Amino acid sequence: MPAGERPGLVQVRPGPKQRSPLAYDVIIIGAGMSGLAAGIRLAYFDKKVCIVEKHHQIGGLNSFYRLDGRRFDVGLHALTNFVPKGVKNTPLPKLLRQLRIPRDELDLHEQNVSQIRFPHARLRFSNDIALLTGDIADLFPRQVDGFRRLVNDLRTYDDIHHTAEPRSTRKVLTDYIRDPTLVDMLLCPVMYYGSAEENDMDFARFSIIFRSIFCEGLARPRLGVRRIIRSLVRRYRACGGDLRMRCGVIRLNIERERVAGVALESGEAIEAPIVLSSAGYFETMGLCSDSSAHPEPDRPGRLSFMESINILDTKPAELGHDTTIMFFNDAASFAYERSRGLIDDRSGVICCPNNFEGHKDMSEGIIRFTSLANYDRWTALPQDEYAAAKKQCHAQVVERALRFLPDFRDRVVYTDVFTPRTVKQYTGRLGGAVYGATRKRWDGRTRLKNLFICGTDQGYLGIIGALLSGITMANLHVLSDE
Amino acid sequence: MTKENIRKAILDIIAVVAPDEDLSNIDGGVRLRDQLDMDSMDFLDIVMELRKRYKIEVPKEDYPLLATLDGCLEYLTPKLVAVVV
Repeated sequence: MPAGERPGLVQVRPGPKQRSPLAYDVIIIGAGMSGLAAGIRLAYFDKKVCIVEKHHQIGGLNSFYRLDGRRFDVGLHALTNFVPKGVKNTPLPKLLRQLRIPRDELDLHEQNVSQIRFPHARLRFSNDIALLTGDIADLFPRQVDGFRRLVNDLRTYDDIHHTAEPRSTRKVLTDYIRDPTLVDMLLCPVMYYGSAEENDMDFARFSIIFRSIFCEGLARPRLGVRRIIRSLVRRYRACGGDLRMRCGVIRLNIERERVAGVALESGEAIEAPIVLSSAGYFETMGLCSDSSAHPEPDRPGRLSFMESINILDTKPAELGHDTTIMFFNDAASFAYERSRGLIDDRSGVICCPNNFEGHKDMSEGIIRFTSLANYDRWTALPQDEYAAAKKQCHAQVVERALRFLPDFRDRVVYTDVFTPRTVKQYTGRLGGAVYGATRKRWDGRTRLKNLFICGTDQGYLGIIGALLSGITMANLHVLSDE
Repeated sequence: MTKENIRKAILDIIAVVAPDEDLSNIDGGVRLRDQLDMDSMDFLDIVMELRKRYKIEVPKEDYPLLATLDGCLEYLTPKLVAVVV
């Protein structure tokens, strides 16, 4: 059937403008976690939904890719917000309810134990906060009461009302913790797992991420992110949603402060009274036909990462490393900022997927590293130097990691490295900024009356955050608005 | 629908919205939110399910009438009684 005859599609052709029928109730840009979650909600409640995805792969910033017969997760180290079955009123069970997805479908397995490593200090944490509290009591005995008070206040901290002025986490934390090393040690995992801001962050965001890691916990589906993606896509399709892959948007046609039509790379155009975009705030606004007349006052995020993945012919535990995730800083003070060079190897994250419960039958060992990077530096590299730079940066990261890990180098059978440039290429994120803009759009609104943002730039991060973002925006701007 | 069918229809909806809740001992006179872990998002879902399944529109000002199971029965019976099962 020719494209123009497919239901819901109108061929763009020159000539007098014809009013086409409203093809969809909602168009969603991007088949990442947030777009799929929004799509499931809307399709389940009988909206005619179309998700358009530029890439041939689903998942957006939390996707996976295949190389030489292996599958690699892009972003997933761990799923945050893990709570045992029966615990309610936390994000994970709430979003599963909203998506009507049974929890067992995610096949979640808890972490063993994780660590925060600084030059002269080590704190362990697990999905029971008592371990972290105990280590703080041993290492920072004068700070532990303040830490307990912090945890207590964070548990009841109302972060839903984002209208409040942003507050500096570093400043707020001085009310609880006097030791600057402990402050940095607590900030390290929280920043690495979701701060778009450099060196400090809004306390509301700190609160959300702190709870998601320390008060709730870390887990992983045995098959990695594709288990979650598969579950979401199946659910979306079962609800009757339309999903189009390799279907990039080239332009949002704006008329009278509304998106009047969505022009696709294929030359087709589709329409809906509401458009939800998970493509990023700046990325989305840049698609608007009137964008040159509406310069944006602020800028996209600056933070991006290099990720290097090592496949071993043995399990990390066999080498004596059973830590699930290690957040490390090897410098005198912790700097969470865009690196000056290609990467900053002084701090980072080391993740071993094998070291989640129930992951023993994984056929190979995996150690992955995350390092702060610099998008501009990576993109400025001539093509013929790019591969060598990746190799060199990877070697640098490995050397640093050996300060915390048993020597695994002669067990490596495969390595893959991706950079901010890769992220930009596959996700379209400006600056390869996986955590998006520093200023979030909590209500999802834009200057256009029927265009809303969901996903990373709306405010919630990570897999759970992205799912919640899609659900919340679908509820707020479509379902409860009727 | 008979009265019994209507009660079951409502409980079915709650079971879909909050599958991890025990619905066997619901007290019809006590607010659902006080005996089940349900928040405003779940409550919105009950309203949405009524629309999806039975094409019943519940205006926002009537939401408080659905706070208890007895309230639901009273409010929905006239709307559901004509529904053929």
